[in-house]
Amino acid sequence: MLKPYRLPPMEGEWIDRDKSVIFKFEGKPFCGFEGDTMTSALWASGQRFLGRSFKYHRPRGILSLANHDVNVMMQWGQHLNVRADVTALASQMQVNAVNTTGGLEKDQSRIFNHLSSLLPVGFYYKAFHSKKLFPYWERLFRNITGLGKVDLETPRIFTPKDYDFCSVAVIGAGPSGLAAALAAAEQGADTLLIDENPQCGGSGHYQRGGDNALWHATKQLLEKVEAHPLIRVLTSTVAAGYYADHWLALVSERKMTKLRAKSVVFATGAFEQPAVFGNNDLPGVMLGSAAQRLMYRFAVRPAQRAVVLLANDDGYRLALDLKAHGVEVAAMVDMRPEGAAQNPFSKSLTDQGIPLYTGCCVYEALPAKEDHVVGMARVASFSDGKADLATVREIQCDGIIMSVGWAPAANLLYQANTQMRYTDALEQFVPGELAPGIFACGRVNGLYNPDARLRDGQRAGSAAAAYLGFGKALEVDIAPGATCPSFPWPMVSHPQGKNFVDFDEDLQLKDFENAVQEGFDNIELLKRFTTNGMGPSQGKHSNMNALRILGRLTGQRPDAVGTTTARPFFHPIPLSHLAGRGFHPERRTPVHPRHVALNAFFMRAGEWLRPEYYARAGCNRSACIQEEVAAVRASVGLIDVGTLGKLEVFGPQAVELLERVYVSKYANLKVGMTRYAVMCDEAGVVIDDGVIARLAADHFYFTTTTSGAAQIYRELSRLNAMWRLNCGIVNHTGAFSAMNLAGPKSREVLQQLTAIDLSGGSFPYLAVREGRVAGIPARLMRVGFVGEWGYEIHIPAEYGITLWDAILDAGRPFSIRPFGVEAQRVLRLEKGHVIIGQDTDGLTNPYEAGLGWAIKMDKPFFIGKRSLHILSKQPLRQQLVGFQMPQEYTGPPPQESHLIIHAGEIAGRVTSIAYSQAIDAHIGLALVAPDLALSATSFEIRLTNGGFVTAQITSLPFYDPDQMRQKESTCA
Amino acid sequence: MPWRLMRFALSREHPEGRMFRTYADLKDSYDVVIIGAGGHGLAAAYYLARDHGITNVCVLEKGYIGGGNTGRNTTIVRSNYITPEGVRFYDASIKLWEDLSEDFDLNLFYSRRGHYTLAHTDSALRTMRWRAEVNKHYGVESELVGPEFIQRELPMMDMSCGGHAPVLGALYHAPGAIARHDAVAWGYGRGADRRGVEIHQKTEVTGISVNSGKVHGVQTSRGFIHTEKILCAVAGSTPRLLSMVDLQSPIYIHPLQAMVSEPTKPWLNPIIVSGSLHVYISQSARGELVLGASLDPYELHSTRSTLDFTEGLSAHILELFPFLSHVKIVRQWAGMADMTPDFAPIMGKTPVEGFYLDAGWGTWGFKATPVAGKTMAHTVASDSIHPLITKFSLERFRSYALTGEKSAASVGH
Repeated sequence: MLKPYRLPPMEGEWIDRDKSVIFKFEGKPFCGFEGDTMTSALWASGQRFLGRSFKYHRPRGILSLANHDVNVMMQWGQHLNVRADVTALASQMQVNAVNTTGGLEKDQSRIFNHLSSLLPVGFYYKAFHSKKLFPYWERLFRNITGLGKVDLETPRIFTPKDYDFCSVAVIGAGPSGLAAALAAAEQGADTLLIDENPQCGGSGHYQRGGDNALWHATKQLLEKVEAHPLIRVLTSTVAAGYYADHWLALVSERKMTKLRAKSVVFATGAFEQPAVFGNNDLPGVMLGSAAQRLMYRFAVRPAQRAVVLLANDDGYRLALDLKAHGVEVAAMVDMRPEGAAQNPFSKSLTDQGIPLYTGCCVYEALPAKEDHVVGMARVASFSDGKADLATVREIQCDGIIMSVGWAPAANLLYQANTQMRYTDALEQFVPGELAPGIFACGRVNGLYNPDARLRDGQRAGSAAAAYLGFGKALEVDIAPGATCPSFPWPMVSHPQGKNFVDFDEDLQLKDFENAVQEGFDNIELLKRFTTNGMGPSQGKHSNMNALRILGRLTGQRPDAVGTTTARPFFHPIPLSHLAGRGFHPERRTPVHPRHVALNAFFMRAGEWLRPEYYARAGCNRSACIQEEVAAVRASVGLIDVGTLGKLEVFGPQAVELLERVYVSKYANLKVGMTRYAVMCDEAGVVIDDGVIARLAADHFYFTTTTSGAAQIYRELSRLNAMWRLNCGIVNHTGAFSAMNLAGPKSREVLQQLTAIDLSGGSFPYLAVREGRVAGIPARLMRVGFVGEWGYEIHIPAEYGITLWDAILDAGRPFSIRPFGVEAQRVLRLEKGHVIIGQDTDGLTNPYEAGLGWAIKMDKPFFIGKRSLHILSKQPLRQQLVGFQMPQEYTGPPPQESHLIIHAGEIAGRVTSIAYSQAIDAHIGLALVAPDLALSATSFEIRLTNGGFVTAQITSLPFYDPDQMRQKESTCA
Repeated sequence: MPWRLMRFALSREHPEGRMFRTYADLKDSYDVVIIGAGGHGLAAAYYLARDHGITNVCVLEKGYIGGGNTGRNTTIVRSNYITPEGVRFYDASIKLWEDLSEDFDLNLFYSRRGHYTLAHTDSALRTMRWRAEVNKHYGVESELVGPEFIQRELPMMDMSCGGHAPVLGALYHAPGAIARHDAVAWGYGRGADRRGVEIHQKTEVTGISVNSGKVHGVQTSRGFIHTEKILCAVAGSTPRLLSMVDLQSPIYIHPLQAMVSEPTKPWLNPIIVSGSLHVYISQSARGELVLGASLDPYELHSTRSTLDFTEGLSAHILELFPFLSHVKIVRQWAGMADMTPDFAPIMGKTPVEGFYLDAGWGTWGFKATPVAGKTMAHTVASDSIHPLITKFSLERFRSYALTGEKSAASVGH
C-alpha cells in the first residue's frame, strides 16, 4: 500500500520497496521500507509531529534530516537519544520521543511553552537560588531537563576497534570528495574515502532541480571510484575527530577505526542554515536540503502545498524539485531585494504561474487549526531584518521550505588548526592557510557551483597525492559561482519571539539580543550564557546565525566576531565505541598455579596478583597469617617475590649509572656482594628501594619494588639515554621468577638442592652467588627482609614451578610453609624494615624514614643530592618511630593512617601496624613530629570512633636487634 | 515559579543591564592591576572592592571573562585534602561557596552532592583513612566508608569494576559539590564591576615594568598603565608572566583534558572519583555527564585534545557504570594546568615588591576560587600574607617546606 506521501519510484532511491518494515512510534503502528530512516518512514506515513523541543516542549518535525539538529530524538529501548533522522529503520522497533511526560501528544511539560515569557535567556541564573529552596528547584530542573533515559540494566557493550592506514584520506563522498578520491588514486595514492551516509554521492545525489548535470557527474564519478583498485570506500562511517599528525577517529555502528593518514582531504560540505522567523520550528517548516533528501533518498513528498522561502539560487532549483514531485508550490518568497531573483530557474517557475515575492520574508508561520503542524505562512515585505506588517499576505500551506544559506562543515578543519576567514562574496567563512598535508575542497572550501565543486575536488585530490610524491599537482581552473549562496541576514524580528536560532536549545532571536544587552557580547561568552551551540548538535544549524546576530548587534564584521572552537566529536560518539573492549592486564607470577592449588587468597599489587595468605581449613585469616609468621620464625618459609622489579645493567659505566641514581655507593661494592639501595627524586623524597648485587665489575643485577618496577625501568632508561653512559639496562621483571626462602632451617633446605657452599664463611650475609639450584641456573642473594637467615633465589621464569616444588619437597621434613604478603608485612615490621610508599609519603626524605645512613654525600653527584644536602642541615619535619600497644590493651587496635594527637594538634600518623606474636602485642611504625620522637615515651592515637589509645614509643627493630639470626650459631 | 521571574513577562524591554561595562580606553594608572579575568582574578577584584574599599582596580584579560581554566574545569568543589593547611584553606572556600549565589544574587547552581573517592587497593584505603582523619580533625565532614555503604548509596555501580579492580572502600565527603563554572566568573565580574572595578577583555599584557625590585607598571596591547601593585592570576600561563619579572617557579604546564556527554535524565547524584581508574564523573543540572581523568603525562603548552584520552576514560567509566554503553560523548576539551611539585598552589608575595602571585593551581583551582580571591585581596590590600596561605608561598620550594597534597589530588597524576 502506498502511503499518501510516498512518491513513485525515484532514480537512486535508498529504499527497497520489496521489504516492508513494521515498527511502533509512541505506541502506534507504522510501516516503512528497508532503507528508510525512522523519520522518513514516519513522514511518509503522514506523521508530522515527531518530537518535543528541549526547553519549551514545542512540537517539532523535520529540520535538516541530516543529524544537524535534534528535533527528532528517540528512545529505542536501551538506546537513548537516537537520531531518528539518520537511524535506519529496523523491524519491530518500538520508539518514543525523548523528554516528554505522558507521551508526545499530551506531554505535560508543554505548559513551558506558555510560560516562555517568564523564562528569558539565562532565567535560571536569575532566580531559584535561595539557599533553602535551591535543592528543591534543582531536583525539579534535573527532572525536567535531560533528554533520554539511561536504563540501568543496560549491559556493558563491548565494541571492537581497529587500526587503518592510507596515503590519502578523503572525508565526505559528495561530488568534490568523489572527484578528490579519484584524482588522488589516479596519481597512484592509496585512498580511503569516508562518508557518514549509507550511500555515497552526498548532495550530488539530491541537488537535482532544474539541472541534472551534477547528479549525472556524481553517478559517473561513483562508478569510477567503485571500480578503482586504489580506492577503498567506508560508508555509514563518521569521521568523528581529527587529531595531531592526521590521526582520525572513524566510527561506524559496529566499531571504531583509528586511521593514520598521510594526508587528508576535507570534502565535508556545508550545513544548510535555517531562516529565523516566527514559529519557524513548526512541523512542516524544513530546510530545502531536507526536502530534497526526503524526495530523492526516500521518495517521500515533503508537503502537499509549500511556500519556498529562499535567498539564494538553490531555492529556485528546490522549487523545481518540489514541483517535479507533485508538491504544489504556493509561493516563492525571496528575501533578497528584487533583481537578485533573475536567473534561468526563477523564470521558468514564474512562467508557470507560481507567485514570486521578492524583498519579502515569511514573517511567521501559523499552525493549522487544532493541529501542531504549519497551516499558513504570513508573508510580508522585508527590509533591515524587519517585516512590514502592512504588507502581510497569508498563504495557506502545509510546508515552508527554506533555502537561505549555508555554513561550512568545517568542524574537522578547525581541529586541524585551520583559520577560517570571512568572504563577502560568499557571505561565508572559508578556510585560510591549511596545515601541511591538509586539503579542503568543495562547499567547505567556499565553492558552490556544481562544476567548480567537481574541479576543486580534482585539484585537492591531485594536490594531496602530489604532496606525498604521487604524480604532479594538477593545475585546475576553477570559476567561483556568480551568485552568493548565503544570505547575510535571514532573520526576521517578531514581537512574540518563537523565531528560533538554535532549535536544540530553544533559543530565539531576542535571547541573543538580551544576552548582548547583559554584556555577553563576545562570541564565546554569548555561547556560554545562551548555551547556543552547546546542545547535542553542537551548533551545526545555529552557530552561523548566532555569529551574524552578534556581528550586527555589536557593529562588527563576522571576521571580527570570530567563531567558537569546534572540538571533537563531529557527531556524538557512544562510550562503548570509545571504550572498545577495554584492556586489563592482570599479571600472574610463574608460580601462580601452585598458589591456587594451595588455596591462596589473592590480593592485587598493581597489575599483579599475589598471595595475601594461604587459607587453611578451620583457620581464619589472622590465624593463617600468624601460622605463616610462626613457621618462618621457628623453621622455614617460602614466599614468591616474582613481582619485584628485576633489572640488570651491563657495561663499563654500569656502576656510574647506579652511583648517580641511588643514594649509596656501589663503586666500592665487591663482586659477589649485594647492598641495599634507596632512590630519591630531585627533591630528596624517597621513591623506591631494592637490593643491588654486583655480579662482575661491569655487571649488576638489582631489584626494585613491585609497584615501582615499570616506572623505575622507564626512568633509568630515560636517564641513561640522556647521560649517554656506556651501559645497557635490561628489564627481567617478567622473565625471571624469584622466591625468598627464609627461616633458621632455610640453609638446610637449600643445601639439599645445590652444590653451592652455603656455609656462613663462603656465602656470608649480603653475598650473591650464581650456581644451580635443583638443576636450575640461579642467582642467590643472602638478604634478610624478614629478619631471618634466608636466600632470595632468582631463576628464569619457566623454571619457577619446578623450583617451587623442589623447595617445598626438600622442606617437608622441616614443616616448610609457603607464606604470603601479609605474613611478610608482619615479619618485616618486627624487623623495623620500611615499605616505601606505606611508611613514607610523597614528601618523606631518607632522614625522616631512618634511612639517612644509606646516603653517601661524598659522591660527586646523585639524584637528590643537592636537596638532601640542604635538608640534612634543617630540622626534621617528621620522623619514623616504632611503637607498641600495651600487652594488656584489648580494645580495637589502631589502624594504619590513624592520627597521633598531641596537645590537640596532629602530631603524626600510624604508617604500619600488626599483631606480633614474637612481641605479643600490636607493634607499628609511625611518622611523628621530631620533638615527640625525641622527648616522649608514648603518644596518643585517635581511633576512627574518636577514642584515644596510648602507645609506647619503642626502639627499632622490635625483633632481633643484634642481628643474631644472621649468625652461624643461630642458624645451625 | 518564583515571583521574581514575573518582571520578565511584565516588562516590554528586557529588564537587565550589562553585567560588565566596556571602556574605550585604559586609564593611565590604577591602584591595583589584576592580570587574568578568570574566577580567581575577578574574585580578588571583587573582594578588594567589597572588603577593602579598593576600587581603582583594573582586570586585564587577553581573551574573555572566564575563558581559561575557569571555563574548562569539571566544577568539583571539595575540601577533603590531606595537609592541615589544605583542609583549612579549602574548607574556608566551601563556606564562602555556600553563600555565594545569594551574595551575588545570581544562581551559580552550587549543588551539594556528596563526593566519593573510591579505593581499589590497600594503599588507597590507607590514604583515604588518612584524609578522613585529618579532615575530621578540622571539622570537615569526611568518613572512610566500606563497600556495603557504597553499594547501598550507589546501587547501580558495579562494585567489582568488571572484575578488574573491586572497590574496597571510599572516602565519603558529604560537602562535595558542583557549580556552574562560567557563572562564578560572571558573578564575581558583575560584583566587581558594580563596585567600580574596570574589566578589560581582549587586552593582552606584553610586559611588566620593574624598577629596582619594585613593580612600576604594565605594558599592554592597548598601551602602558602605571601601577605599583600587580596580581598575577593566569593559571596555565604563569611561567610566561613570571619571565616578564625575571622570577622562576617550579611550575610545569601539563594539559588536563575533560569530556561531556549528551544530557540524560538524572541517575547520578553524587560525584564519583576513582584514583586507581583515573576517572571522575558527575551529572550536571542539565543532565550531562561531566567526565575527567588524570593529567597528560608530559609538559605541553596547548589545549589540543587527544583521542586516547577519551578511549581510556570511557573504558574506565564503563567499568564502574557499564549501563552507560549507549550514552554518547558530545565534546572533549583541554586546559593547561600549572603543576607544582607538591600539588599545592603558589600564593602570596614574591621577591618583586608589589608583584603578587596566585598560581600553581594545577588541577585544583576552581574549588579555591572564593577563598583564593579573598586571601589574595587581603594580601594585596595590606601587603601582608593572609594567614590561610602562608604555607603556599613561592619561597617554600627554596626552603623545602613543601605542602604535600599529591595524595589528595582527585586522581593519581
